[in-house]
Amino acid sequence: MSGAIRTLLQGDRHADRVVPPSGHTAWLTTFTAGAMTFLAVFALALSLAAGRMADRWSDALARTATIRISAPAEQMEMQTRAVLDLLATTPGVAEARALSDQEQRVLLEPWFGPDLPVDALPIPRLIDLRETGDGYDAEGLRQRLAAEAPGAVLDDHTRWRRPLAIAAGRLRLLGIASILLIGGTMTAMITLAANAALAANAQVIRVLRLVGARDAYIARAFVRRFTLRAFSGAAAGALAGMIGVALLPSTDAAGGFLTGLGFTGRGWLWPLALPPLAATVAFLATRTAAFKKLRELT
Amino acid sequence: MISFENVAYSYGGGELLSDMSLRLAPGSFHFLTGPSGAGKSTFLKLCYAELLPTTGHVTLFDREVRSLDRDEVAQMRRRIGVVHQDCQFLDHLPLAANVTLPLTVSQREVAGEDLSDLLAWVGLRHLADALPPSLSGGERQRAALARAVIVGPEIILADEPTGNLDWEMSLRLLTLLVELNRMGKTIVVATHDLNLIRQAKSQVAARVLRIRNRRLQLAGADL
Repeated sequence: MSGAIRTLLQGDRHADRVVPPSGHTAWLTTFTAGAMTFLAVFALALSLAAGRMADRWSDALARTATIRISAPAEQMEMQTRAVLDLLATTPGVAEARALSDQEQRVLLEPWFGPDLPVDALPIPRLIDLRETGDGYDAEGLRQRLAAEAPGAVLDDHTRWRRPLAIAAGRLRLLGIASILLIGGTMTAMITLAANAALAANAQVIRVLRLVGARDAYIARAFVRRFTLRAFSGAAAGALAGMIGVALLPSTDAAGGFLTGLGFTGRGWLWPLALPPLAATVAFLATRTAAFKKLRELT
Repeated sequence: MISFENVAYSYGGGELLSDMSLRLAPGSFHFLTGPSGAGKSTFLKLCYAELLPTTGHVTLFDREVRSLDRDEVAQMRRRIGVVHQDCQFLDHLPLAANVTLPLTVSQREVAGEDLSDLLAWVGLRHLADALPPSLSGGERQRAALARAVIVGPEIILADEPTGNLDWEMSLRLLTLLVELNRMGKTIVVATHDLNLIRQAKSQVAARVLRIRNRRLQLAGADL
């Protein structure tokens, strides 16, 4: 196999000439490789964006928690003070602070508008806490809150984080599955094209056999041609895909998923791996098809 | 060089060749005759391992053909030149490239002068750049002969090489085969042209094999 790869890279002018220039199979292979690689670039972008999204959501939600205090107005200040005192002595809590009326107004503004009278409404008080690297004992904290401030409820964001992480993970899997499907489709198409080319050149193969050509020699002429076609098609497809991704709207301030579908930093190197990958797929598919067909043609 | 030992070959449920035993000595010249469909082409294909015998043993250069793997068969064919009646070429390559094809596939170079001499020997030097579809039947046969001999094979197998040629061209091809035999090549020519055989016997000590009723017979006295 390594010898075949070396020969593929070096080329053999004579071996390349023995197979006549072909028509539609050449275009089919190049077009298929180009189209599939173009789609693979987007699948790759989807997969990488899903990964970034999962990381971003995790970072945003991890190591933070919220305590919501629902108490009568006259007890609100007392329970807030009690909760903050309790948190100050809780191992694993790095920082805790009550959100101001202004901050709570900003949080509710998307739903109720800017003129919400926070002071006049029985809105729960929110306490934002950040944990240390070791974290805190959530169950122990809940029990202490129940004893010290009956209106306080700990929300450690788990119920938000888990479905988001699952969704992001599935999106990433979807991207990977798409790339595998695209690779499988390209393999099938190139195999079909190689088989068609071999069948169309049955007379060439008969002549080559008659004059003492080995199977490896005959296969090489086809394999090199298909590999180079797949590589050139995939290179064009990758370039077009990268341009397409680059032209997508850039990430907005909120980091929305649809606008964040692209490559960042070294992520731009990933699509460059697709043409060699496509060439490898074509090399293996054509080589397998060629040797199988040559055995059948005996 | 080639020996058959109780060789039989069946095709489509029927036996085409039966109980054939033969030994082709180096430097010999044999004609193979028999009516159309007698199995002459099949016999030749058994000689260069395109077909394997149903029973019996075919030995090529002291190797039993069944023991040869695909690469070894290819290697053996470089020692055997084959000329078919419907000689096939790579139509997209010029004549010179077709003639040197056996060297190309064995990754050997040919000197320009040698190729020129060979094409001159078969009378095709002026057509070196012509594409095969533009050649006449006689030119194709001579080109096939040139292709068959360019690697210096020890055996030349010719299957009805004069089938599509007029008498003058047939004699010209026969002369080339006789010259090759005088150079020490073993020649086997399948033909049903008895006039050609008579003409050859006046130039070379040729033996005549006949396939009759699926079996091989030594003929000659009646020719």
